[in-house]
Amino acid sequence: MAIESAVPFSATVDVAEPVTTTVAEPPNRGLAKKILWYALLTFIALVIFFPIYISVVNSLLKPDQIARRPPSFFPSHPQWSSYSKAWSQGHLGKFLLNSAIVTGIIVAFEVGLSIVAAYAFAFLEFPFKRTLFTVFLATLMIPFEVTIATNLDTIVKLNAYNTYVGLAMPFLATGFGAFLLRQAFLQLPKDLKDAAALDGYGHLRFLTRVVIPLARPGIAALTVFAFLSAWNQYLWPLLVTKDQRLRTVQIGLGFLRAQQIDQVNVTFAGTVIAVIPLFLLLVVFQKQLVRGLTAGAVKG
Amino acid sequence: MGRVAFHGVTKRFGDAVAVDDLTLEVEDQEFLVLLGPSGCGKTTALRMLAGLDEPTSGTIEIGSRIVNGVEPKLRDVAMVFQSYALYPHMSVRKNIEFPLKSRRVPSSERRALVDEAARAVGLEDLMERKPGQLSGGQRQRVALARAIVRRPQVFLMDEPLSNLDAKLRVQTRAELIELQRRLATTVVYVTHDQVEAMTMGDRIAIMNAGRLQQIAPPQEVYARPANLFVARFIGNPPMNTVTGRVVDDGFELPGGVVPGASGTLDAMKARGIAEVVIGVRPEHLRVDADGIVPATVTVIESLGHERHVICRLVDGQMIIVRQASDVVPPAEGQTVRLTTDPANLHLFDAQTGERLDLGLVGADGPAAELAGS
Ligand SMILES: Nc1ncnc2c1ncn2[C@@H]1O[C@H](COP(=O)(O)OP(=O)(O)OP(=O)(O)O)[C@@H](O)[C@H]1O
Ligand SMILES: [Mg+2]
Repeated sequence: MAIESAVPFSATVDVAEPVTTTVAEPPNRGLAKKILWYALLTFIALVIFFPIYISVVNSLLKPDQIARRPPSFFPSHPQWSSYSKAWSQGHLGKFLLNSAIVTGIIVAFEVGLSIVAAYAFAFLEFPFKRTLFTVFLATLMIPFEVTIATNLDTIVKLNAYNTYVGLAMPFLATGFGAFLLRQAFLQLPKDLKDAAALDGYGHLRFLTRVVIPLARPGIAALTVFAFLSAWNQYLWPLLVTKDQRLRTVQIGLGFLRAQQIDQVNVTFAGTVIAVIPLFLLLVVFQKQLVRGLTAGAVKG
Repeated sequence: MGRVAFHGVTKRFGDAVAVDDLTLEVEDQEFLVLLGPSGCGKTTALRMLAGLDEPTSGTIEIGSRIVNGVEPKLRDVAMVFQSYALYPHMSVRKNIEFPLKSRRVPSSERRALVDEAARAVGLEDLMERKPGQLSGGQRQRVALARAIVRRPQVFLMDEPLSNLDAKLRVQTRAELIELQRRLATTVVYVTHDQVEAMTMGDRIAIMNAGRLQQIAPPQEVYARPANLFVARFIGNPPMNTVTGRVVDDGFELPGGVVPGASGTLDAMKARGIAEVVIGVRPEHLRVDADGIVPATVTVIESLGHERHVICRLVDGQMIIVRQASDVVPPAEGQTVRLTTDPANLHLFDAQTGERLDLGLVGADGPAAELAGS
C-alpha cells in the first residue's frame, strides 16, 4: 500500500479494475455501503437540525436556564409565555405582515419577469440575443453589496425611500431567475413550439398552456429561492426604511433582541415565529423543489 | 383544393443552402413522398410549407393561394413530427383536442370531432392516458389523430414511422395509405427510407443536397432514373454502374465490349461524349456462358428467397447479381460471364451524371420505350 502511494502511476493502473470488483462484490458490501451513506446523511441532517432545535428549546426555557452550564437539551417546564411576549412586545404581527407584503411583491415580479425573459431567450430569435444573455449572466457576478449605495441613491431619487416599493424594487428582476428558467425551458423539446404554432397557439398561449405547466419544477424552485432570499433580507430593509411601521420581520427581530436583552428566550421565540412561514413554504413546495434541483440530471 | 406548389424556392441558413431552387407541384389528394439522404433538405422543405421557416426566395402555394408570410395556423395544414411532439402534460384526449380549442370550436362539436379522429386511428380506449404511458406506436397514432382532427387541406409528415420497429412500420404504412384514401387529402410525406417511398407514394420526389433530382411515380423512378444519383439511391442492392469508353462498335468495359447500335454511337460521338456510365440493376444481370463481361465470384449472400452473387470485374470493380434461389448458384472463386437484355441497360453521361436517352441497341432500347409511352 505504502509503495503504491509512493508511485502514483502504479496506483492509477490499479484503479482500472473496478469492473471486476463490482461484479464480484459480495451482497454484504452493498449493504455496508448503504449503512455508511445513511450514517453520513443522518449526521449531516443532525448538524443542520441542531441549531434549529436549540432555538426551539431555548425559546421555551427561562432566561437563566439558557445561560446555565451544562445547557439543557430538553425544556422540562416549557415557558410558552415567551411566544406571546415576542408577538406583542416585538410587534411581530405588523413586521410579519410587512415581510409578507414585500416578499409577495418580490416573488411575484421576480418569477413573472424571469418567466418572460427566459421565454425570450429560450424560444425567440432577436438581434444581440447572445450578447444580451451574457450581460444577464454578468449581473450574477456582481454581489448585491457592491450596488447597494447606488441603489439607495436611486431609490431616494425616485421618492421611494421608506416605502414598500423601495423595499422591493431592487429585487424585482434578477438575472439568476432568467438564467435558471431559460435552462428549464431549453429542456423542452423544440418541436413543441412548432406543433403549438400549427395548432394555432401564439407565444402567450404557448407559454401559459405548454411551457409553464411543463417547467413547473423549475418555476417552483425559483419561487422558493426568491421567497427565501426576500424573506431573509436584513441589510437593505434596514437601509431603506426609517419608519418603524415599515420594518420587516428580520429587522424586527434585531430590535427585539436589543429590547429584551435580559430575556434571550423571547428573542428565540421571535426567531422561531419568523421561521414558520419558511417552514410552511418548504413543506408545500418540497416535492417540486427536489424535482427542480435534480431536473436535468435525470432526463425523461 | 389541396394542391401545393413550390416555385423556385431556395432556403439558406447563413452560407449553407438547405433547399436550392426547388420547383414542384403536388396535386390535390396526391400522396407525394419527399425522399433523399440525410441533410438533403427534406425537413426544411416541409417546414417552409408549414410556415415554420420562411423561404429565402421563391414562392409557395397552398390551394390557390400564395402563402409566403402567412402564419402556420392560417395555412390549413397539419404536421406530424418525427418526434411526434405530443404535449406530455395532457391526456390523449386533450392532445387531440388542443388544435380545436385554439380555433374556438364549441365544446359539444369538439367532443364529437375528437372521438371521430380517435376512432379513425384506433385510440378510443386510451383517451385518458398521458403520452408517457403509451407505446411508440400509440404515440404515433395520437400525433396522427391530432393532425386529422382539424381536417386540413394538406398533411405534412416528417418521417412519422422512423421511431417504430420494423413490424409495426409495415403495418402502419398500410394504415396510413388507407387513411389518406379515406380522408381524401393531400399528403406530403418525408422519408429517407426508399421502401416507404416506393410503397406509399403516388409520386416520389428525390432530393439530394437541396436539389430536386427527379419527380415521378415509383415505377418510373425505378425503371428510368433521371441521373446517376437516383439510379444508385433507389433499389436494394443498388444499381451496378460501370464507366465505359465509347468505341466504334459499342462501349468498352473492363474485360469486354458491350455492343451498341451505330445510331446511338454516332449520336454520342456527334455530341462529343467519349465516356458513359452504364447501369444495370442486379436482378437484370444473368450468369451466362455466352456472356460478354467476365467476372470473378467473391461472395455469395443467401437471403432465403433470393441470393446476391457479388463479383469483381477484371479491374476489381464490384458487381452484384441478384438471383432467384432456385437458380443453380456459381461457386465462390469461379470466373463467370455476365450478360443482360440490352433493354435493361441505363446510360448516363459520365461527366454530368444525367441519363442519356439515345437508344442503346436499336429499337429495343430505353429510347424506344420512351417513344412508345
Ligand atoms: N436551423 C438551421 N440552421 C442552420 N442549418 C440548418 C438548419 N436547419 C437545417 N439546416 C441545414 O440544412 C440542411 C438540410 O437540413 P434538413 O433538416 O432539411 O435535412 P433532412 O433532409 O430533413 O435530413 P434528415 O433526413 O437527417 O432529417 C442540412 O445541411 C442542415 O444542416
Ligand atoms: Mg429531417
